[in-house]
Amino acid sequence: MGLELYLDLLSQPCRALYIFARTNNIPFEFKHVELMKGEWWRRGEPPRNPPGAPRGVLGAGKVNMLMKVPALKDGSFTLAESIAILLYLARKFKTPDHWYPADLQKRAKVDEYLSWQHVNIRGKGSKLFLTKVLLPLLTGQPLSPEKLEGVTEELNVVLKQFEEKFLQDKPFIVGNEISLADLVALVELMQPVGAGYNLFEERPKLAEWRSRVEEAVGKQLCQEAHEGILNAKNLTADKIAPELLEHFKHQLLKQSS
Amino acid sequence: MGLELYLDLLSQPCRSIYIFARSNNIPFEFKHVELFKDSVLGKKPAAASSAEQPRTGPSNSEGASKISLLKKVPALKDGDFTLAECTAILLYLSRKYNTPDHWYPSDIQKRAQVDEYLSWHHANIRANAPKTMWIKVLIPLFTGQPLPSEKLQEVMEGLAASLKQFEERFLQDKAFIIGNEISLADLVAIVELMQPVGVGCDVFEDRPRLMQWRRRVEEAVGKELFFQAHEMILNIKELSNIQIDPQLKEHLAPMLMKMLK
Repeated sequence: MGLELYLDLLSQPCRALYIFARTNNIPFEFKHVELMKGEWWRRGEPPRNPPGAPRGVLGAGKVNMLMKVPALKDGSFTLAESIAILLYLARKFKTPDHWYPADLQKRAKVDEYLSWQHVNIRGKGSKLFLTKVLLPLLTGQPLSPEKLEGVTEELNVVLKQFEEKFLQDKPFIVGNEISLADLVALVELMQPVGAGYNLFEERPKLAEWRSRVEEAVGKQLCQEAHEGILNAKNLTADKIAPELLEHFKHQLLKQSS
Repeated sequence: MGLELYLDLLSQPCRSIYIFARSNNIPFEFKHVELFKDSVLGKKPAAASSAEQPRTGPSNSEGASKISLLKKVPALKDGDFTLAECTAILLYLSRKYNTPDHWYPSDIQKRAQVDEYLSWHHANIRANAPKTMWIKVLIPLFTGQPLPSEKLQEVMEGLAASLKQFEERFLQDKAFIIGNEISLADLVAIVELMQPVGVGCDVFEDRPRLMQWRRRVEEAVGKELFFQAHEMILNIKELSNIQIDPQLKEHLAPMLMKMLK
């Protein structure tokens, strides 16, 4: 039994893993987890073994259903958290140096971005998607314009920081070649795009960087990975497991405040 | 000019870096940044290059959220190389100074487990634990408003949920997060959990397993060093005597009031 990756491509970190594994020809079994169908939730545990397996986060104050995925299973070894999985794959399959450069300082710059992005790009991008798409979908309540404006502004602030501090005038975040930092950044930025906020539109530098990243991993692969999220608007409540709807209504309302 | 570390020991990530560097006898110059004073008063600790260097001066005030205040530190300067973000700095130091393997094991599965914790930490322990200080100390200090008790209750519940996951998923019945020896994961976790302790929310009180783990971590890094690093946060009441720059106060107050809602 080889490497298994549990993924739902609606989730940003899952896309990063999918693209990384495919572009590096890492052999894996794609275990499709459909977050919206809720089977993982009905079973009461994520699709992997204990011990040390990530437990459910249901009822844990802050619900993030995206945390059921991604997950890796390599023999009896299980792992969660996309950054950890990306690094594990890079090391195990000895992917080309530019992904996670051996040079101490370049590597540190990749680490720096991967750390910063958690609460910034990832945090704000997810929040926008939650506010604009998930909440109305799951609660049946209309979207509040002031709320949307607020989360959009927050995202704009971190986009500015991204451009000014991380990207600057370089082709990629860490110099001349694509690294894990760019891949992780791109998949996160596509989430608000899927929600209908085309943040690349008035940001030419960002748009150019996006093209470069897509070229580097393969345009077709990138498109394929993003097909689901770019059709997120087509998600309707009837596609979602009813128990899930009921359960998350309450949690997401709390989380969005 | 050797390695410089810009730190304020009131900040959790600064403490982990401080303890790590001292525990491993890494030679560095301690550049003390006092978050509540220096961030507006014009000390310029690091050369501009990329990412979150601790800039100072009035430009910081523009659109600065509470997060950018706290993220002026930690920062590293090594020659003309500058670096921010605690995890990045810890990893850089461990590699450059070839620290003992257990901190970040070369075994790829163990290493992955450290990475897993360091990643999860951001949105969980680190998202919840610091709020105790904001709610209990900083907000009343900055805004002159009394402590909002329902808000504290909410924060403590969130933190309890994270702690439950921490114990059940990461620590379990092991001595340390990834097994028998201390790693970066334990260090990063412990400094974060000392923050609520400092403001009077002792998260170790009714959690014996957690308390035992804490003792082991203290031993592993050196009790004296541990307590030295935590002296400021454990004496946080001194903070109320700190002269906060009025400009800073004025700037942050509306943002902090928003947090209260």
